[in-house]
Amino acid sequence: MLNWLRRPKYESVERRDIPAGLWAKCPRCAQLVYRKELERNLKVCPKCGYHHRLSGPERLRLLVDEGTFQEWDADLASEDPLGFPEYADRYRQAVQRTGRPEAVLCGRGRIDGVPAAVAVLDFDFLGGSMGSVVGEKVARTFERAVDLRLPVVTCSASGGARMQEGVLSLMQLAKTVAAVGRLHAAGLPFVSVLCDPTTGGVTASFAMLGDVHVAEPGALIGFAGARVIEQTIRQKLPEGFQTAEFLLRCGLVDLIVPRAELKATVARLLHLMGAGEVVG
Amino acid sequence: MTDAQDRAARERELEQLEEQLAQMRASGADTADLEARVQALREAVWRHPSPWQVVQAARHPQRPKLGDYLTRIFTDVVELHGDRLFGDDPAVFAGLARLDGEPVVVVGHHKGKDTRENVYRRWGMPNPEGYRKAARLFRLADKLGLPVVALVDTPAAYPGVEAEERGQAEAIARSIFTLVQLRSPVVVAITGEGGSGGALAIGVGDRVLMMQYAIYSVIPPEGCAAILWRDAARKEEAASALKLTAQDLLELGVVDEVVPEPLGGAHRDPDRAAAALHEALTRHLGEVRALPPEERIRCRYDKYRRMGRFSLRPAHAAAPSDDPRSADVR
Ligand SMILES: [Zn+2]
Repeated sequence: MLNWLRRPKYESVERRDIPAGLWAKCPRCAQLVYRKELERNLKVCPKCGYHHRLSGPERLRLLVDEGTFQEWDADLASEDPLGFPEYADRYRQAVQRTGRPEAVLCGRGRIDGVPAAVAVLDFDFLGGSMGSVVGEKVARTFERAVDLRLPVVTCSASGGARMQEGVLSLMQLAKTVAAVGRLHAAGLPFVSVLCDPTTGGVTASFAMLGDVHVAEPGALIGFAGARVIEQTIRQKLPEGFQTAEFLLRCGLVDLIVPRAELKATVARLLHLMGAGEVVG
Repeated sequence: MTDAQDRAARERELEQLEEQLAQMRASGADTADLEARVQALREAVWRHPSPWQVVQAARHPQRPKLGDYLTRIFTDVVELHGDRLFGDDPAVFAGLARLDGEPVVVVGHHKGKDTRENVYRRWGMPNPEGYRKAARLFRLADKLGLPVVALVDTPAAYPGVEAEERGQAEAIARSIFTLVQLRSPVVVAITGEGGSGGALAIGVGDRVLMMQYAIYSVIPPEGCAAILWRDAARKEEAASALKLTAQDLLELGVVDEVVPEPLGGAHRDPDRAAAALHEALTRHLGEVRALPPEERIRCRYDKYRRMGRFSLRPAHAAAPSDDPRSADVR
């Protein structure tokens, strides 16, 4: 029997858990679910409540009011600054497979009517990893939010910094954090939504600097990878380690919000933090 | 024999000769011949080191540690303890000291000299309270207008259960957040291992210097090789691919200056290595100190804002987009 807190391994960004066909097998409860029903239920398993991962565009559709999203910087493309083995090929494949140019979608839109700047990481694209383009687009999102007096909502789903761009990826932590500082100085709110999975360099930068941290149920959130920790301490990890519920107990997230309530909750938080007053 | 094995063998030979030389010097024997041999071999092995050789120098057990630099570069050192929230982390040093007679805040990763001390200091791998102690001292520097000198030498932030429970990621992010907004001048030196986020947490400054045989990487070469080729043994190739040497990072615009070391590594002459680092710290601190705080913060922002490489995709080459504006999940 599957342990319901323990997350399935994600060796591949292809969503094997939802094969093409009429039926999908839930990776947590192993039951077969009618795909249409799963889609209708926002990709939350109707049997056990497991929140399937969403792609970047799916996440945007969930969060941003229909017809209000204006994308920013869709034309920024990654280079291969280190000439890293296999990077150019893997990047091209990711573009072809996802039909998207990078691992983040940024822009402005309305969330239940509240204007906001939004950055959504896309785990489907090279594991949502943060390289130069992701760092640049996230930083620009915060800077534009300051110029336009908008609050910022980020949705993170990332394995961390992008190895293939080496230390340049690491520097994106500093770049994005510096941009969060500008928003902070401008007195504008920042809601960080932590989706499955958010780990490594993204957690250790902008994602953990929200005024409010909202997590999806069961999401894996942490800094170090479970395998690295197990190898270091030579012990089995505790039940539910690095889940959203674990982080709530540890005081690291504010709220765990089921997907169906996410948009309304974010909008409510933005209103309470004074964002609704700002006309975008 | 592979190139790496050959280099390793010659490095072992060099270390044996160096040991012999030290013994002969101690006994007062004539060392001229041996000195010439050692010098020639050093040249041969280290004139053009491979990235993997540099990794080994950066991790050399005898490489000068924070303590060696503290005693040689600073005076009047007072270590301060605790993050005022949870505890004190022996993997991070934080304190007050004088540099060229002027008070400064010094923060650094604290590796030990032997296994016993390293167990105590977790090989310089901080827990969240280490970063929070550092951030506390950064804020003190800000309050008092003191410059900050940060010495970076860590394999990584500690990967442990308690570190995660206490918010390792938040502690790192918050420390960076504090540094980017600090009114004080901040000069950073990567002296040994710059292990990813664990290093960057105290490694953001107006100037970032890097010792000649230090390394700075987003992932250890072993981990990179394991991911890329499912074979940690291909670490030499990974070390080359990651562009983790000081010269690489100077070219990528990540560090501002490479501080020269004695040929073959700082452990071969710690005094000379410390003197070079001291000179560079003094010079850079003098330069950034001359700026008004607001200007300094703006320059620091621009410095990190510029980092990274990307291009504009021509419109016709843009990938067909699954337009999120026109669709609805329902
Ligand atoms: Zn299920």
